[in-house]
Amino acid sequence: MAIKLTDICNKEEKLASGHRGCIGCAETIIVRQVMAAIDGPVVVASPTGCLEIITTPFPTTAWRVPWIHNAFENSSSTLAGAETAYRSLVKQGKIEDKGLKFVVFGGDGATYDIGLQFISGVIERGHRLLYVCLNNEAYMNTGIQRSSATPLGAWTTTTPVGKAVPGKIQPRKNLIAIVAAHNIPYAAQAAPHAWRDLMTKVQKAIAIDGPSVIDVLSPCARGWRHSTNETIAISRLSAETGAWPLYEVDHGKWKLNYNPVPRKPVIEWLKAQGRFSHLLQPGNEHIVEEFQQQIDKQWAELESMSQ
Amino acid sequence: MSNVIQQVKGKVVALEGDYAIAEALRQINPDVMAAYPITPQTEIVQKFSEFYAEGVVDTEFVPVESEHAALSTCVGASAAGARAMTATCGAGLALMWEILWCASGLRLPIVMAVVNRSLSAPLNILTDQTDEMATRDAGWVQLYAESHQEAYDNIIQAVRIAEHPDVMLPTMCGMAGFVLGHALGQLELLPDEAVRKFVHIYHPHYSLLDTDCPVTFGAFDHWDYFFPHKRQQWEGLNNALRVIPEIGEEFGRLTGRYYGLVEPYMLDDAEVAIVIIGSAAGATRVAIDEMRAEGIKVGMLKVRCYRPFPADAIAEALQGRKAVAVLDRTSCMGGEGSPLFTEICSALYNRNIAMKIISYTYGLGGYDTIPEEFCQVYRNLLQIAQGGKIEPIHRFLSLPERGES
Repeated sequence: MAIKLTDICNKEEKLASGHRGCIGCAETIIVRQVMAAIDGPVVVASPTGCLEIITTPFPTTAWRVPWIHNAFENSSSTLAGAETAYRSLVKQGKIEDKGLKFVVFGGDGATYDIGLQFISGVIERGHRLLYVCLNNEAYMNTGIQRSSATPLGAWTTTTPVGKAVPGKIQPRKNLIAIVAAHNIPYAAQAAPHAWRDLMTKVQKAIAIDGPSVIDVLSPCARGWRHSTNETIAISRLSAETGAWPLYEVDHGKWKLNYNPVPRKPVIEWLKAQGRFSHLLQPGNEHIVEEFQQQIDKQWAELESMSQ
Repeated sequence: MSNVIQQVKGKVVALEGDYAIAEALRQINPDVMAAYPITPQTEIVQKFSEFYAEGVVDTEFVPVESEHAALSTCVGASAAGARAMTATCGAGLALMWEILWCASGLRLPIVMAVVNRSLSAPLNILTDQTDEMATRDAGWVQLYAESHQEAYDNIIQAVRIAEHPDVMLPTMCGMAGFVLGHALGQLELLPDEAVRKFVHIYHPHYSLLDTDCPVTFGAFDHWDYFFPHKRQQWEGLNNALRVIPEIGEEFGRLTGRYYGLVEPYMLDDAEVAIVIIGSAAGATRVAIDEMRAEGIKVGMLKVRCYRPFPADAIAEALQGRKAVAVLDRTSCMGGEGSPLFTEICSALYNRNIAMKIISYTYGLGGYDTIPEEFCQVYRNLLQIAQGGKIEPIHRFLSLPERGES
């Protein structure tokens, strides 16, 4: 189904305005894009993190759909419990089948790190839910600490730039490869500047009778050290440089959804963000070089797997 | 609905405690069961898996990848308006720790069987109550069983206690691992229909699945709301002090087996008494019968409900005793005695009831305790009652005191 801007504009917003998100926050943009892509009733879970804190300070809530927070690591299991309850109650005739959809919005800390086991379990058992990672590449809610989604060389408050260690020394973990290894029906990477691509992926995912994961890059002005009006530009640059490839794994079939020709050098993405500013200093050229090599290697793999 | 309850006749069977629990779960027929196997609870999950595989329950069974996920799944299912249950013990309960508080704070009436097991290290799979006692502040109702029959009966009543509108809190039911869990015992199983009628259909106040009236579960509280919300939760838990005997009375009319917060045995005229929780109450009864046969006035108070703490019921039952020993099967270190002991001391002090009272730790990690050892406790108490030395206040049953060999 083609996605039209006019249709999106006429839809009721499921995340109300007036929440406490930072200016320039990509997370709420992505949430609205995802929710706008889904027709019919939705139940949402969020782990502890920025989205939870900005949308639900008691006695207010920004959610116009049922929503639950349990803890930091277990939103996937929690929503899988609700999804199981739904199946059970419908099967027993205790409630009617309204075609409910289930969506988790979790940060990269909750997804790549502390919640990975739970997500693996939920995927393996085949619960029918869409897990969206709002990936701002660090623990932003607690003040910019590294996660395993933090890219090579990035400054965070737990990978500070010092004389001995120049920021994060490991590259980002490949979540989609891990997820795909579960033989999940659908997994993808997306970014908010490519809204049509993102929403198409959501529609594919939500239609599946089983688990799906979409990892969405979520630029964070506070943590990435860019201006609040550059969120979407940084998102675009991440795709144009290949720092965040847009691709999907649809029933085992890998496909690059966006192939910039020519692909811009990663230095353009790095120099747009204060978290990488030390990489532009003399003596750190090898880190930039290594970063570029990693992107080239992953890109070649993605192209090869996409046939 | 009529208030008249006709007593039903059950079927007398011999079952391992774990299977008795599994039978209760089958009869309750919860909407969702999420569990992870751990010794000595494993047989509950295995048996329930068989019920699920044979299609004799309507339950959706979720064989999760950890105990933490088991309780997390139950939280989601319970918030969605389902009757959700699980079972665990020892290390599994410890792994659930964080979510115990989420479940009670969200006021979700989840019911959990706990087949009590020690906590590592040293690794030990046998029974004591350290696992469950360590969760005593988590805001769950806690019941403990002495026998197979009580373990079975408690689970059925727990559903009604947890879901009572004045309580709305998760409830855990303790039962000794191996001693009850793996041992054959005689009990009466109620007819399926009687159990289903007793627990009736659960109608949640709010449901996460109600998209017409969307509810936010688990909003975060700042300083201004957290404390008042916790106070409300506290009220709910205390309401269980009234609700548990009410449900126990109703259950009694159905089965002939009546339940309260505590259960005295030969206590009325007893000079000295043991206070105890769980399966070792059985051995204590044997000791009492032996000593009573010699004309010695000893008695017991068994605590069935540990949370909320039935201070009034305990103080009232113990009043008039000259000396009391509180026996705790938990490795709660560094305190002035063990937790049941210190709380009973507090209850007595605040009610101006003075008596000699000592604390025993016994049976950790399955350490066997025999009736003769309970007799020795009574003999010590009688000496204390007659003006003997009370020290040491805290003792280790079955083990030599420090300095002795």
